[in-house]
Amino acid sequence: MCETTSTPKFATGDRAILPEGASTIPIYVMGKMYEVPETLTIMKAMEFAGFRFLRGAGCRGGICGACPTVFRKAGDYKLHYGLACQTVVEPNMYLAQIPFFPANRASYDIEEMSGLADAIHALYPELFRCVSCNLCTKACPMDVDVLGYISALKQGNIEKAARLSFDCIQCGLCASRCMGEIPQYHIAQLARRVFARYIQPQAEHLKSRVTEIEAGKYDQMLDEMSGMSKDDLEKTYVDREREPDMVEPGSWMPQDRQYL
Amino acid sequence: MTLRINDRTLSRESIKNLNELSGENVKLCMQCATCTGMCPMAAEMDYSPRKVMHMAQFGLQSKLEEINTYWKCASCHACTVKCPRGIDIAKVMEALRQQTLRTNTNYIEPSEMSAETIAELPQIALVAGFRKMTS
Amino acid sequence: MKISYYPGCTLKTKANNLEKAAVASLEALGIEVEEIDRWNCCGAVYSLTADDLIHHVGPVRNLIRAKEMGADKLVTLCSMCYNTLARANQLMKDDEVKRDTINRFMDDEIDYSGEVEVVHYLTYLQEQVGWDKLREQVKVPLTGLKVGTYYGCTLQRPAEVGIEPMGSYTQMTGLLEALGATVVPFNAADKCCGSYQVLGAAPGENSAASAILNSAAGAGIEALATSCPLCEYNLGKQQQQMLEKQAIEQGVPTFYFSQLLAVALGIDPELCRFELNDGQSLELLKSKNYLAAA
Repeated sequence: MCETTSTPKFATGDRAILPEGASTIPIYVMGKMYEVPETLTIMKAMEFAGFRFLRGAGCRGGICGACPTVFRKAGDYKLHYGLACQTVVEPNMYLAQIPFFPANRASYDIEEMSGLADAIHALYPELFRCVSCNLCTKACPMDVDVLGYISALKQGNIEKAARLSFDCIQCGLCASRCMGEIPQYHIAQLARRVFARYIQPQAEHLKSRVTEIEAGKYDQMLDEMSGMSKDDLEKTYVDREREPDMVEPGSWMPQDRQYL
Repeated sequence: MTLRINDRTLSRESIKNLNELSGENVKLCMQCATCTGMCPMAAEMDYSPRKVMHMAQFGLQSKLEEINTYWKCASCHACTVKCPRGIDIAKVMEALRQQTLRTNTNYIEPSEMSAETIAELPQIALVAGFRKMTS
Repeated sequence: MKISYYPGCTLKTKANNLEKAAVASLEALGIEVEEIDRWNCCGAVYSLTADDLIHHVGPVRNLIRAKEMGADKLVTLCSMCYNTLARANQLMKDDEVKRDTINRFMDDEIDYSGEVEVVHYLTYLQEQVGWDKLREQVKVPLTGLKVGTYYGCTLQRPAEVGIEPMGSYTQMTGLLEALGATVVPFNAADKCCGSYQVLGAAPGENSAASAILNSAAGAGIEALATSCPLCEYNLGKQQQQMLEKQAIEQGVPTFYFSQLLAVALGIDPELCRFELNDGQSLELLKSKNYLAAA
C-alpha cells in the first residue's frame, strides 16, 4: 500500500505544506508515532509523515470508497470509522487503512436475472447468516442503514434495499465487521442494478434517444467533427449555439434543429 | 453399541464443557430412551439421542465429534418436553453443534447449495439451517 | 381496535398467502393492523447455548421497535417468528444478567426488559374476538371440510412459550369449528416436519414430513391447517415429489389457517393468494363450492 521515507522537515511537492504557526499532533500509523499538522485529513497526514499511497487512494473527494480507515483513540476501546480523505486527524489516533477487504463477490449476468429477490438470495445465500447485530451500520462512513437494507433484502424488498443503500460507496467496512461474513456492499450493488433493470420504470425518452443513436442519427455529425483540424474544431466549439443565460424555459430554440 | 471407555477415550473436561455450554447436566440422564422414541429424525441418525447422552455422560469426546446425530436434530424439542429427568436435550444437541461450529467449521456449505434450491426454500429454512449448521 | 404486528421475512414473499389472508381477516373483523417499523429478521430459531447471546439481539431489536411504538402487545403469525420472539422476550424478562449484557451491547437502542407481550394471532383472535363472535361473522361456513390442526413444534414447544400444552389443540380447533369445518384428530399434529433439515435432504425424501401426511390421510383428513411457512413448505410444496417417490400414497392439501379463515369470512380469494399453495389446495376449495359466493 505505501512506503515510508524519513519525515521531511518541510513538506514539499505534492505533500501538504505545514502552515506557518500550525501546531502538530501525534498520530499512530501501524503503531508508530508521527507528528503531523493538526489541520490535515488522515490521508494528507499520512503523506506528510512520509507514506505514499500507490493504491488505496482514489478521488480524494469522499466518494470513491478507496480509503476506508478504522481508528481508535488512545485510552478508549471504541473503534471509529471514516474515510482517510475526509476525516481530520485528532491527537493520539491509532490508524489502520483497509483499502481492500476480501469479501465474496458473485458473478452474474444481469440480463438473465429477474425482479425477484430469489436470484439475489441464490447468489448470496450468506445473506441469511445475518444476526442483526448492526455492527455494519455502525461501521458505515456514509451513514447508510446497512442492517436496514440487509433486512429489506431478506424480506424480498429490492426497491427498499436499493433506496436505502443509495449512498453506499463500496468501501467494504460493513463486511469487515460482519460476523455472518456477508458482503453487504456487493449485495446492495446487485440490488440497485436489479432495481434499475427490472423494477424502476424505464424513461421512454431515454429509450427512444438510444434507439436513434444506434440507428446512426448522429454518425454524420461525429464523422464531420472527427475529420476537422484542431483549429476548426476549436472554432466550431467557440461559435456553437448556446442557450442564453436566465432565459425563460421553453422560449428559446436553436437555429440548427436537424438533430432534435 | 459397545462403548470403549478408558483413559484415552474419556475426557472429564469435555463433560464439564458440554454442561457449561448447554446449561444442562448430562449425568442426570437415566437412559430411558424416551428422547429416541420422540425424535422425528432418529431414523437419519447414526446414533440415537439416548446413545449420544450416554457418550456425553462418559465424556467420549472424540466419538462425539465423528457422529451425525446432532447435525440431524431439527431442534423440535419433543425430547425436551418428554424427558422424565427434565433435561433440555435440544440444548445438549446445540452445544455439541456449537463445539464444532466454534472452530470456524461449517457442517453445510451455503455456497455449494444449488441456486434452484436456495431460490425455492422459504427464508426461515435458510436462516434456521445456517444458524444451526454454519460457523 | 388496533394491533402492532410483526410479519417476518417469509411472509413478505413465499408465504405472503399466510399474511395477506390474516391481515384481511382482521380488518374484516374491525381490527386495524399496524406493522412495526424497521423490523428485521427474528432469527427463525432460538439460540440454545448458555453463552450465545449475540443471536438473541435480532429478536430483541424487534421487541424494542414495538416498545418504541408504545405497543403493549406484539402479534405474530409465523410459528417460528412467534417462538423466537417469545423466547427472547422471556429471556429479557427473567434473566437479569443476560438482559444487561444484551442491552449494553445494543448501545444504539433503548433498554428493553420484556415490556411487550408477544402474542400469536390465534391466541389474539381467541381472546379479543372469541369463537362465538367469530361464528356470527362467518359468511361461507366450511361445512363438510375435514381439517387436521397441524401445530408442528414451535407453537407448543417449549412449554414456557407454547400457545397451549403439547397434545392440546384447542385454539386452532376452536377457530376451525367456528368456521364450520369438522376437525379430525390425527396422531401427528405435534410431530416435527423436519424443519430446517430440508437443507440437506433430497427433494421428497423427508421421512418426518411423509409420516405426518400419511397419518393425516389415514385419519381421513382432507386438508391440513398450519401456521408455519416451513411446515407448509415441507408438507405442501414437497408433496408432488413425495408422491412421485411413493413416500406418501395420497396428497393432503395444505393451507394456512388464515386462508381458511378468510374464505369463511367471504373475503376475496385473490387476497388469499392460493397460487402460492400447492395446486390441489385451491381445487379442493373449488370442489367444495366455498369460493362461489365471492
